[in-house]
Amino acid sequence: MAVETISPAEAAAPRKIRRESQLALMWRRFRQHQLAVVSLWLVITFYLIAALAEFLAPTDPSAYSARFTYAPPQGLHLFLQNEDGGWSFQPHVNGYKSEVDPQAMRRTFVVDPEVVIPVRFFAPSEPYQLAGFIPMSVKLMGVEGPRDPFYILGADRLGRDLLSRLIHGTRISLSIGLAGVTLSLLFGIIIGGFAGFYGGWFDSAVMRIVEFIRSMPTIPLWLGLAAALPKDWTALQTYFAITIILSLIGWTELARVVRGRFLSLRTEDFVTAAQLDGASDWRIITRHMVPSFTSHIIAAATLAIPGMILAETALSFLGLGLQAPIVSWGTLLQEAQNIRTLATAPWLLAPGICVVVIILALNFFGDGLRDAADPHGR
Amino acid sequence: MLRFIINRLIAMVLTLWAVSVVAFAIIQLPPGDYLTTYVATLNSNGDRVDPSTIEALRQQYGFGEPFLVQYWKWISGIVGRGDFGQSFEWKAPVTTLIWGRLGNSILIEGLAVFAMWTIALPIGIYAAVRKYSLGDYLATIGGFIGLAVPNFLMALVLMYLSFVWFGTTIGGLFSPEFENAHWSLPRIWDFLSRAWAPVLVLATAGTAELIRILRANLLDELKKPYVTTARAKGLPEWKVILKYPVRVALNPLVSTIGWLLPTLVSSSVIVSVVLNLPTAGPLLLRSLTSQDMYLAGALIMLLGVLTVIGTLVSDLLLAWIDPRIRYGSK
Repeated sequence: MAVETISPAEAAAPRKIRRESQLALMWRRFRQHQLAVVSLWLVITFYLIAALAEFLAPTDPSAYSARFTYAPPQGLHLFLQNEDGGWSFQPHVNGYKSEVDPQAMRRTFVVDPEVVIPVRFFAPSEPYQLAGFIPMSVKLMGVEGPRDPFYILGADRLGRDLLSRLIHGTRISLSIGLAGVTLSLLFGIIIGGFAGFYGGWFDSAVMRIVEFIRSMPTIPLWLGLAAALPKDWTALQTYFAITIILSLIGWTELARVVRGRFLSLRTEDFVTAAQLDGASDWRIITRHMVPSFTSHIIAAATLAIPGMILAETALSFLGLGLQAPIVSWGTLLQEAQNIRTLATAPWLLAPGICVVVIILALNFFGDGLRDAADPHGR
Repeated sequence: MLRFIINRLIAMVLTLWAVSVVAFAIIQLPPGDYLTTYVATLNSNGDRVDPSTIEALRQQYGFGEPFLVQYWKWISGIVGRGDFGQSFEWKAPVTTLIWGRLGNSILIEGLAVFAMWTIALPIGIYAAVRKYSLGDYLATIGGFIGLAVPNFLMALVLMYLSFVWFGTTIGGLFSPEFENAHWSLPRIWDFLSRAWAPVLVLATAGTAELIRILRANLLDELKKPYVTTARAKGLPEWKVILKYPVRVALNPLVSTIGWLLPTLVSSSVIVSVVLNLPTAGPLLLRSLTSQDMYLAGALIMLLGVLTVIGTLVSDLLLAWIDPRIRYGSK
């Protein structure tokens, strides 16, 4: 051991103490995980799209036009070539010309590069309410003529704009994931918390139930529960019912995490100290134990969202989840269920890409969060 | 070992009982009872309903009586006579409808488990032994995609691609001429030429998971001194790896079958609907949408039973290969 010599000047100088809050520490560790940071931005983007759905979607998701059944994607072009060969900035989409497919004997649309339909950003529109309470009358994109086709991602069976439906579907699918996890978390914390804190027969009973639910195939169960919903319920009622059904099974994983945390913290010194001080159980739980594992719970909850989104998509895809007027990724994919439709309109699979991207992003984000929240990590 | 088996069997019987209660609760969920629906459909078809038939049915199923009495009549019929009740949509006993379908389900799921292992084993070993190589990265990326793409989406994409590239639709398990034939070599060939798609789709998520676990386990084992010893004694490298660390790393893998099974059964339901396979899935979906509840209940229950038994088998297998579990559970 080396003996350090401290000069008088150094000893006299006030020691600088660098302080960082728990959150700052977590953020620092989180940033090292680059994939997680990218995923965080993706997740934020998706939720922004969900929040601003009415503004971003060019048309109403249920506005249909029989003239443009299964119109293919137009794409959005930013530059236009002039007669003299130069390029100028002019956002536009191309119109359609219809052709008769000699094989299938059916009218199909082809994008016609000759027809140029200018696109305006921040185009004025019919007045609407953003998120249900902010009155607005401008949309991100729009075309001049109300009868001009504007299908960046193509149209579906009824000539509805896929992009608009996708954006509105994002709102429903992401919010149901969030709502389902919030509800599961509530069940999980109450049930898992009781089980972990008090132990005993209640703990064993809860754990048996959790094991039982986790050993059952979930889709048949979800289907059975969803099929029992009355057919005459409104869209909103179905939405909440589906959320509850998803969390009836979703709480188990979170309850396990919460219980595990409670069990390992119950014997910690600071809990014993609080008990000796005469603090009530409620106070010990809410003031001492919960704050010490909040970050873990948040990470676990984040990792539970993809499962919820997938479950909703699967249920709606099978026709037993959300019903027609509600647009979600699942109900959108339901349109792409048979091979004839897929062959004519492969762009209807676009919601599937969204599902995959958000699930990957949430998983990486959750992983990063979990690593960052672990105080014993590197 | 015997004690372990007995304990697990008792636990399984309790679980099976819980499965039956859940299935029956689902039967009871829709508003109105089965008999009213049945009579209503008969009436709407213009059939005259004989009051004595209704009375007999009412007696048999105990309609209007408390939940427990109805449950008892239902479960004693199943356990005693193998009678799952009537399907009012098909106008036939449930038992005549489900066994063939369930057989196909088991076949497809069994093949999927087999495929998972045969794909995951070599890739997992390779990824661990050649850590951070190009192959390892490819396996990791493939694994993530396998986990993130929902099964039914993969089935849809596969269906679309085969239509665009080969002009054929994949789907079903048998060509029309083999639909009702007995098993024979051409029929097996026909089956395999169609079954590969659903089996592959079902196996992806599980394979990704198995590769990840095997790689992690094996990486832990490869660092241990006994591997170095074996290598120092001059054993050929393949023997060093296959003979010792791989065998140890396999143990936790067997137990993962137990919890992969519920997911597998779940996704086989939805994949079967997409690919139009004659398994339990489409029948379940149909019975649920038409509220043919005895059929639906029987299917939900049997799918649950299947999972529970599969889990038991994987537990016993694990106890058989891993003495720590066998003796630790006293």
